Amino acid sequence: MEIWLAVAQFATLALILAIVYRPLGDYLALTFTSGRHLRVERGLYRVVGVAPDSEQTWGAYLRGVLAFSFVGVVILYAIQRLQAVLPMSLGIPAIPEGLSFNNAISFVTNTNWQSYSPDVTMGYAVQMAGLAVQNFVSAAVGIAVAVALIRGLARRSTGTLGNFWVDLTRATVRILLPLSFLAAIALVIGGVVQNFAGFTDVTTLTGGTQSIPGGPVASQEAIKELGTNGGGFFNANSAHPFENPSGWTNLFQMVLMLAIPFSLPRTFGAMVGDKRQGYAVLAAMATIFVVSLAAVTTFELIGSGTAPEAAGGSFEGREQRFGISFSALFAGATTLTSTGAVDSMHDSYTALGGMIPMINMMLGEIAPGGVGSGLYGMLVLAVITVFIAGLLVGRTPEYLGKKIGPREIKLASLYILTTPTLVLVGTALSFAIPAIRADLESTSIWNPGLHGFSEVLYAFTSASNNNGSAFAGLTANTPWLNAALGVCMLLGRFLPMVFVLALAGSFAAQGRIPATAGTLPTHRPQFVGLLVGVTVIVVALTYFPVLALGPLAEGLA
Amino acid sequence: MASSRGFARPYWVALRFMIAATVVLGIAYPLAVFGVGQLVAPAQANGSLIEVDGETVGSALIGQSFTDAEGAALPEWFQSRPSAAGDGYDAAASSGSNHGPENPDLIAAIEQRKAAIAEADGVDPASIPMDALTASASGLDPHISPEYARLQVARVAGARGLDPSEVAALVERFVQPADLGYLGEPTVNVLQLNIALARLD
Repeated sequence: MEIWLAVAQFATLALILAIVYRPLGDYLALTFTSGRHLRVERGLYRVVGVAPDSEQTWGAYLRGVLAFSFVGVVILYAIQRLQAVLPMSLGIPAIPEGLSFNNAISFVTNTNWQSYSPDVTMGYAVQMAGLAVQNFVSAAVGIAVAVALIRGLARRSTGTLGNFWVDLTRATVRILLPLSFLAAIALVIGGVVQNFAGFTDVTTLTGGTQSIPGGPVASQEAIKELGTNGGGFFNANSAHPFENPSGWTNLFQMVLMLAIPFSLPRTFGAMVGDKRQGYAVLAAMATIFVVSLAAVTTFELIGSGTAPEAAGGSFEGREQRFGISFSALFAGATTLTSTGAVDSMHDSYTALGGMIPMINMMLGEIAPGGVGSGLYGMLVLAVITVFIAGLLVGRTPEYLGKKIGPREIKLASLYILTTPTLVLVGTALSFAIPAIRADLESTSIWNPGLHGFSEVLYAFTSASNNNGSAFAGLTANTPWLNAALGVCMLLGRFLPMVFVLALAGSFAAQGRIPATAGTLPTHRPQFVGLLVGVTVIVVALTYFPVLALGPLAEGLA
Repeated sequence: MASSRGFARPYWVALRFMIAATVVLGIAYPLAVFGVGQLVAPAQANGSLIEVDGETVGSALIGQSFTDAEGAALPEWFQSRPSAAGDGYDAAASSGSNHGPENPDLIAAIEQRKAAIAEADGVDPASIPMDALTASASGLDPHISPEYARLQVARVAGARGLDPSEVAALVERFVQPADLGYLGEPTVNVLQLNIALARLD
């Protein structure tokens, strides 16, 4: 019975995404290929000083990305430090240095890891003018980098990839802002609050008092999901009834976080002039998506573990209106993308059920991944797959008529190595340095035993892959975790972008090799199978030992 | 093109872009959503507040505890789920317990809740639904399962001297099916049920 409920919920989600795929993917392609500038865009280009029709090399494009993100971090840090003097701050003081540093990086890198409880840390000014702005523009940066890589594959013998400022502007003005506005209104109708009332003190039925919060929640909620950001207005994130009041808003939030990442393969297919290539990437994403969701839902419905068995089900940290399977679906969707919003507490999942979100992130969030980052991650894996297939069967490694030479495979390999290095080194250092380990065990770790290890592993996995969800029992607002996770988020975001843009540049510079009998076709089921296989094997070999120390050991004990 | 050369240039562009973005996305956009929200759905936008006799007693979306000052369950009210938000249903401190599946504190809490409910309601411990034994994710869950509401009917009716069939009928009126029948689980809103219950007296 429960399993059919889960299937029906999944089928509804899949159907909506299938309907959205073509129109949204084509609209995105049109957005980034159109030669016309909107009047408002022209005005903006004039104000900020950009010549919109000038093309950039990959190096110039990258300098734009890095400069913009650096300035974003500085501004967001300053806004938090100035909270005490900003209007609508609800009397909350300035945010301390270490936390402001971690937060600024967290929101600029599209991670939205939250070392703090926003209910008591953030006034409306920081949430609106600081965090929500980065929700938009960090997502737009991700889309821009993906579009630059697509252009690299689509173009021939050119030194340029487009203009970063134009891509950033169009992603914001033509896609994220209008869709967020409509989504926010829908969420308000569904019960998500949007006011500036502060706290309303009421006398409850039994004569107690309750402080009911207000805030500009709906406007932030919409872009939180649409931009795969995930940072909640409230501590409980999408489990809070004011963020996610009902069954249909829960479905709607999943659609918002999955719509753009799942439509980008269409954009890719359209821009490289071969829609079948888009379908192949989509098929690889969808395969992992379905298997992963089935796994987390199954583990949670079985409900192994002492506490779930005592309670009659894995229901600790779940909301009644969502139930077990709908929560599991959300947990999967939020970690298969780079969102990290939660409508249930992953820390309270069964050992194996809680391992699946970790694996989703360890896969590099490519099924379908974050806005933009999911597609470029999957395309890098496609490059690796073509290379490995070439070695196995003696075919020329090439992808879409671009040769995979030493430079390309080096860049792709560096991309693949970045986040595992950050996750494993970060986790290892946390336990290897005695002083840090003692601090973790006394201050940060919440659950005893193996689960406590999983909390730390989850944190480094989430930060390095820019997800932002957590085994939230972990107290991360400590000097070590604020600093280490901040560095992981920063490097986990921008090193891959460096490699992707360098790769895009070297593809763009190439001509197009005509396909021959020796070329591996990259639009057939065979390639989809290879791509999924390479993705899973790379991750399994990298992470199996560390998973065995935490969730696997706990689940099999 | 000059715009793509010079070390400082992109930083200067970025700064101006961020200022424009802050004005449009950080101020104008939430204000626009606020304006439209107040026009099309003011009740929801302002927190779905519930009034009884002209006094605001809470929000339809935010759960409350129905306990005395020491936190002991009051038998004459339908009880909400256990809560990890502050001292329980602290709406300014939403939170789950974040206890893992093998956490001894959680295991002990479940057994203790099971024993307390079995005694208060005079039911078989094995018949107690899981939402009654576990804290919600937000700590502010406004709902309980229909099973947990039905389980409490006899106790509530007894404490208030009401006809149990009348209270049972009231519970059924407040059973809300999941959206479309399958998007989530059926619910009973505890605050709304208790407000209606108070009117029965």
